[in-house]
Amino acid sequence: MLQEFFQHFINGITLGGIYALVALGYTMVYGILKFINFAHGDVLMWGAYIGLFVYNAIRTTHAPGAFSVFAFFVAMVVAAIASAVMGMSIEKIAYKPLRKAPRLAPLLSAIGVSYILSNSAQLFFGTHSRKLEYPFDNSPIAMGSISITPHQILILAVSGITMFALMMFVNKTRLGKAMRATSLDQDAASLMGINVNNIISLTFAIGSALAAIGGMLVSLDFKVYATMGTMLGLKAFVAAVVGGIGNIPGAMLGGLLLGLLETFGVALLHIPLGFKDTVAFVVLIIILLVRPSGILGKNIREKV
Amino acid sequence: MVNFILLILIYTVIYSFMALGQNVITGYGGMLSLCQAGFFAIGSYTTGILTVKCGWGFWPTMFVGMFIAIVLGILIGIPTLRLKGDYLAIVTLGVGEIIKNVINNWISLTNGPMGIQRIPMVKVFGFKVNPYNNKFGFLLLSLCILLLCALFLHRFIRTRNGRALEAVREDELASLSSGINSTVYKVMAFAIGACLASIGGSLYSVLTLSISPGTYTFMMSVMVLCMVVLGGMGNLLGVILGAFIIQLISYLPELTGLSRVIPPQCKEILFGVILVVMMIFRPEGLLGRPKRQTNFMSDSKGTVLLYKAKHVCSNISSLFSNIKKGKGGKA
Repeated sequence: MLQEFFQHFINGITLGGIYALVALGYTMVYGILKFINFAHGDVLMWGAYIGLFVYNAIRTTHAPGAFSVFAFFVAMVVAAIASAVMGMSIEKIAYKPLRKAPRLAPLLSAIGVSYILSNSAQLFFGTHSRKLEYPFDNSPIAMGSISITPHQILILAVSGITMFALMMFVNKTRLGKAMRATSLDQDAASLMGINVNNIISLTFAIGSALAAIGGMLVSLDFKVYATMGTMLGLKAFVAAVVGGIGNIPGAMLGGLLLGLLETFGVALLHIPLGFKDTVAFVVLIIILLVRPSGILGKNIREKV
Repeated sequence: MVNFILLILIYTVIYSFMALGQNVITGYGGMLSLCQAGFFAIGSYTTGILTVKCGWGFWPTMFVGMFIAIVLGILIGIPTLRLKGDYLAIVTLGVGEIIKNVINNWISLTNGPMGIQRIPMVKVFGFKVNPYNNKFGFLLLSLCILLLCALFLHRFIRTRNGRALEAVREDELASLSSGINSTVYKVMAFAIGACLASIGGSLYSVLTLSISPGTYTFMMSVMVLCMVVLGGMGNLLGVILGAFIIQLISYLPELTGLSRVIPPQCKEILFGVILVVMMIFRPEGLLGRPKRQTNFMSDSKGTVLLYKAKHVCSNISSLFSNIKKGKGGKA
């Protein structure tokens, strides 16, 4: 019983690590621009595609081993950079002109962008799904009675390191301070000499890069296809809300919690697999009813 | 050819139900909902299941579908609409997926991915309206129902409830402080939107006579959103025009015989482009929001007098200031 519990715990944490990576993008954008970037999941999908192509191009026919692991990390960096550029250009083209518009306008525009991205991927890459081969031998390692796959270790390591780096960046550097200032009050920040436009671009770049990394990590287990970002993006958003949207540690916590809930829900409560995705939404609705500001979020009263 | 154009018109009418519903939610209420396809599916499946498995006629099933959609709309609306509008978008996106999920997995009720076939045709006063041979009749029938709905909305937005809803859209805090319970009106708008989509769904199932879960995709909801944005949020005529244009675009490859040349993704990309471009360059849509004919200044005599008095006062004061500056009384 206990070992089963630990097994599910590890599975849940790895799933949650990916949710957390993607949720960070939502929460950072929401923190600064106060709108849901619907296109985030599709940027993730494009990142996964770019990563897949770069990975296959470098790796060619090498067997799983040191070289293909190297190829995987190179592909991850390229995908992160490409997605960062993509996220920044989306912001410049589709969201920046709408910054002063009513709240509905950027949301609609974001849905349009998401739609363009997912359908153009279908147009260019086809509707079939592609497999991203494991760069290493993915046979589970037994640790006592619990088994953990190298892929899970990779997810834990990569998401842990990126999240730690992000925390350091946001809390310890000047740019991170500027970012926090911008999310508190844009006008005041710009009066203090912070270039708000650059900070917003930077936020989109970081969020999209994290999404691409998350996308590469999931596509090892699940395949790469044009609508892979939709459900993942949705769940990541739920994770961001659970943790308190706009709050960076909250997104990490929410991601891990959601991953755990989903694994334990399927394993212990015997939720049928067809309804696995429903768990996230039930969680969302409960959180919205009980504590709309999320676990770590502050309840801010609106002032006139 | 004539048949094809009639078919486009029928689809325009059926999508108009969803678009009118979206218009109540997005245009009147200022909220973003993304599960019109889900409520459409509820209408379709209610009609499909009740007519095929229980042998009901079409008309009662339509009302049952409306009722289920309203109840579901209220159940979803109450937790989400108490909060900022952004949550509604994501929850409804999820609800649309869940409805599709349930239809796909609840095989004993819905036949799962197989769908429901051989739905009986709709009867009006004992006459069967065959959607294959008598397209014109079907169009007329659905158009009548659409006009009834449009008339209802046209009146609704001028009632106390409609005005309260618009007030909530314009400024929620101000309307709250004027004693408007914003959640009630938002939930009401959401339920009306769901109900309209369900009517469209019921009609759709007697049009195609067989339904399967593959129809009710997120793409459908985005198309409906596109119609409302393109035609003009808050404008009933604009919404129907938008529905027609979008239907025309989506059937254009078949109409011109180019369906082999143009890949189907192109039109979907075009829908995305329409959303972005309209938001940036013409957020009010093609026809725009209808202007209110309440001119506060000329409506009642008191305000006119006040206005004139103010005008005179300002003239006088400028006169005095000119005199002080020594320019003489030319003003």
